[in-house]
Amino acid sequence: MSDVLDRPDIGHNADDHLKVVGTRPIRPDGADKVTGRAAYGADFNMPGQLVGKVLRSPHAHARIVSIDAKKARALPGVKAVITGADFPNLADEFHEGGEAASNLRDMAMNVIARDKALYHGHAVAAVAAISSAIADEALALINVTYEVLPHVVEVEDAMAEGAPLLHPRMFTEGLEAKPDKPSNVAKRNRIARGDLDAGFAAADVIVEGRYTTKATHQGYIEPHATVASWAADGQCNVWSSSQGQFMVRTYCAKVLGKEISDIRVTPAEIGGGFGGKTVIYLEPLALALSRESGHPVKMIMSREEVFRATGPTSGAVMHVRLGAKKDGTLTAADVELKYQAGAFPGSPVGAGSMTALACYDIPAFRITGYDVVTNTPKVAAYRAPGAPISAFAVESAMDDLALKLGIDPIALREKNAVHNGTKAAYGPTFQNIGYVETLQAIRDTEHYRTPLGPNQGRGMAVGFWFNVGGESTAAVNINEDGTAVVVTGNPDIGGSRASMAMMAAETLGIAVDKVRPMVADTASIGFSMLTGGSRTTFATGMAVVQSAEKVIAELKRRAALIWDVNVDHVMWKDGSAWCLDPAKADEKPLSLEAIAGQSARTGGPITGQTSLNAQGAGPGFAVHLCDVEIDPETGHVTVLRYSAAQDVGKAIHPAYVEGQIQGGVAQGVGWALNEEYIFDRDGHMENAGFLDYRVPVASDLPMIDAILVEVANPRHPFGAKGVGEAPIVPPLAAVANAVRRATGVRMADLPLSPPKIRAVLDAKGG
Amino acid sequence: MSKTHVSTTINGDPVEFLADPGMTLLDALRDELELTGSKEGCGSGDCGACSVILDGRLVCSCLVLAPEAEGRRVETIEGLANGSRLHPLQQKFLEHAALQCGFCTPGLLMASKALLDANPDPTETEVRYWLAGNLCRCTGYDKIIRAVMDAAAELRQERV
Ligand code: FES
Ligand code: FES
Repeated sequence: MSDVLDRPDIGHNADDHLKVVGTRPIRPDGADKVTGRAAYGADFNMPGQLVGKVLRSPHAHARIVSIDAKKARALPGVKAVITGADFPNLADEFHEGGEAASNLRDMAMNVIARDKALYHGHAVAAVAAISSAIADEALALINVTYEVLPHVVEVEDAMAEGAPLLHPRMFTEGLEAKPDKPSNVAKRNRIARGDLDAGFAAADVIVEGRYTTKATHQGYIEPHATVASWAADGQCNVWSSSQGQFMVRTYCAKVLGKEISDIRVTPAEIGGGFGGKTVIYLEPLALALSRESGHPVKMIMSREEVFRATGPTSGAVMHVRLGAKKDGTLTAADVELKYQAGAFPGSPVGAGSMTALACYDIPAFRITGYDVVTNTPKVAAYRAPGAPISAFAVESAMDDLALKLGIDPIALREKNAVHNGTKAAYGPTFQNIGYVETLQAIRDTEHYRTPLGPNQGRGMAVGFWFNVGGESTAAVNINEDGTAVVVTGNPDIGGSRASMAMMAAETLGIAVDKVRPMVADTASIGFSMLTGGSRTTFATGMAVVQSAEKVIAELKRRAALIWDVNVDHVMWKDGSAWCLDPAKADEKPLSLEAIAGQSARTGGPITGQTSLNAQGAGPGFAVHLCDVEIDPETGHVTVLRYSAAQDVGKAIHPAYVEGQIQGGVAQGVGWALNEEYIFDRDGHMENAGFLDYRVPVASDLPMIDAILVEVANPRHPFGAKGVGEAPIVPPLAAVANAVRRATGVRMADLPLSPPKIRAVLDAKGG
Repeated sequence: MSKTHVSTTINGDPVEFLADPGMTLLDALRDELELTGSKEGCGSGDCGACSVILDGRLVCSCLVLAPEAEGRRVETIEGLANGSRLHPLQQKFLEHAALQCGFCTPGLLMASKALLDANPDPTETEVRYWLAGNLCRCTGYDKIIRAVMDAAAELRQERV
């Protein structure tokens, strides 16, 4: 989000030369993944490992008076018991991880509670034992004395006067005057431009609404898992499934008070993350248990623990007020966002605010965001963090405006669209964006013109995500037979190995199956920020291309040596060096293979490595169109048809780009229709399992038409923009707008579950 | 707590192991037999990541007790390919990019195999309902459904 748009163009390759980029090869890690051989977090074991388990708070808010673990420690087979007292106390320190900044002190206290448990499921103690059964028995023998405190779950309750305070020393930041009383509001942020009152005064029509969303979970199918080993000399090894091995290393070092060089983290295959694996939960506990027990320790979360203690994203309450002229021109917008942060500050309300009006050119606006702590699990990043929530509110209001004015919803967006040169609501000036092209792509679909049947409705919505660059390292190593290995430090969640190999192959001019990509551990490649923010294909891809270019420079130098010509007389084309020296016109081109075979005689191995901090990721715009049908008997909403267009810059591997879009749509549809954290009166999540927290299944969805709009990003070697996050931004509103048009009633509280729809239909009918 | 001796057939091979009381077939596969291709996403029968075929019937191995495998035939993802030749379902999943993180993939492949064993020519709707017990959070199912339909077509061709 600190990304800079105003970077010089680096002259991307014109499409017509491309041989590999833009094709759909089989992914290099595919065979292992369809045969069950790929090793995910829970698939790794070490000799002599113990089983680690966590004791979690049974209360939503409680002071921990004492912890007595004597009986647990005495149980045969128990090798270690740890509590918050076994970890150092940290000062506030902010760390920019790639998706959002985290306060390390809060992260440490989220890993294991110190004096207070702040949510039901907060880790309070952990044990390591020789078996899972003994570990469970040991947990039951730990005697924790709690002083139960009043708790608060809903965001507006937490903001209310007299609400139970989670952090008695927390004062709201971002207000004009420093408050004299502590509050659950960690921060207020504001983005504003122009004269709001004049803007509304100039409006012919005003629409207004209050919108709410519930906390939802990232819902990756693989639970968190790790194996950790703390050796007698203090050297640590961690295997874990995360979105960034370097992130795990940094955070573990901080939480445990170790030096970074003492910890080596090897990334397992990751079974989905969506932002939820950009933080640590188990790794420091497993390391501390290993330190205490002298054995490696393996820990795996149950699904219930995943729901109760990881993720989710914020529930929110929002107000939107829009003013417009009769012709649809927006004159003013006032947006207020209140986001649940969970137990510690850090909801994605900042990004929610910055994205809220990013698609619109409005002369006067004000966006106010509140980051509010609640006695619920600390929120983690979830795909385009914060943006789907604010987009739900703004896009619902835009749809009401279109209805009120009788204007086609796409035309209304076009009328107010941002263009190249528009100063975005969040600050920078847009360049090389493909927003209107993306609107046009949806307008041009046959879908948009197909008539609807009874009880059916069609909704559209737009969405925006910044996309980020950041720090990445990549190496390209040429083997003696002319094949290549591409080494990066970014876990492959959705096919990024394929795109890394393709970009290297394209640059080197060799076939993609001659390039093997690998994801290295923290000791084997330089630092890379985590896989998140839709940054890997852009930033790490850029490092791969630059490394390949270094390799080419070296290959040309070697060819010059072999030919005994000046290197300026060597050209690299189609995977071979070509001699341009007129005096040596007979020299045949030297292939990469031929040069690699002689590398020992020309100076040794040929490698290229690049570390960079990439800027100019190029923002992504998504436009979605959704048809629903309502069953008037049950209130059930069926998504009949879905088209999702997105400006992707340049699709490196179009099938995986489509996959990102389709996956984002599915998650957004789940968020719109079914998914929600339901808390009981005691602040316990009532639906902590996939049976009651219902994510979309195959029979809930139609085919999802992904339409790739390619407006190149000149700051990437092949024109790529980040693609993974924008597709989850519009669906909440696209679905809600379709339901609005099918029922004639605006429903502003997600999820649009059957009972709510029934109630609306009944009220309408009666 | 005495262990139960279990003799079973896994992917065509005779296998014996000792099961703790309460041990699931999934735990036996993963922890005792080192067949970690079957995944645990929930342990409660709600995600399908642990899908295996038991005597020709698709089951969630996290809901089957290990001793129930006694004398029966278990098919897991590790046995789906014919040696180093991928099963058409595996091949089509790769060609259609029907996996992103791949964690749901073993379960989805076994569930799809059970479907095509029973119904060689399913409609899209039949595929969607059959696979409704297998969660995938990454793909939105689109490419999975296409891969299964395409594999079904190829298998029908092979039979002709
Ligand atoms: S692990 Fe068996 S169904 Fe989820
Ligand atoms: S590919 Fe990740 S859950 Fe299906």
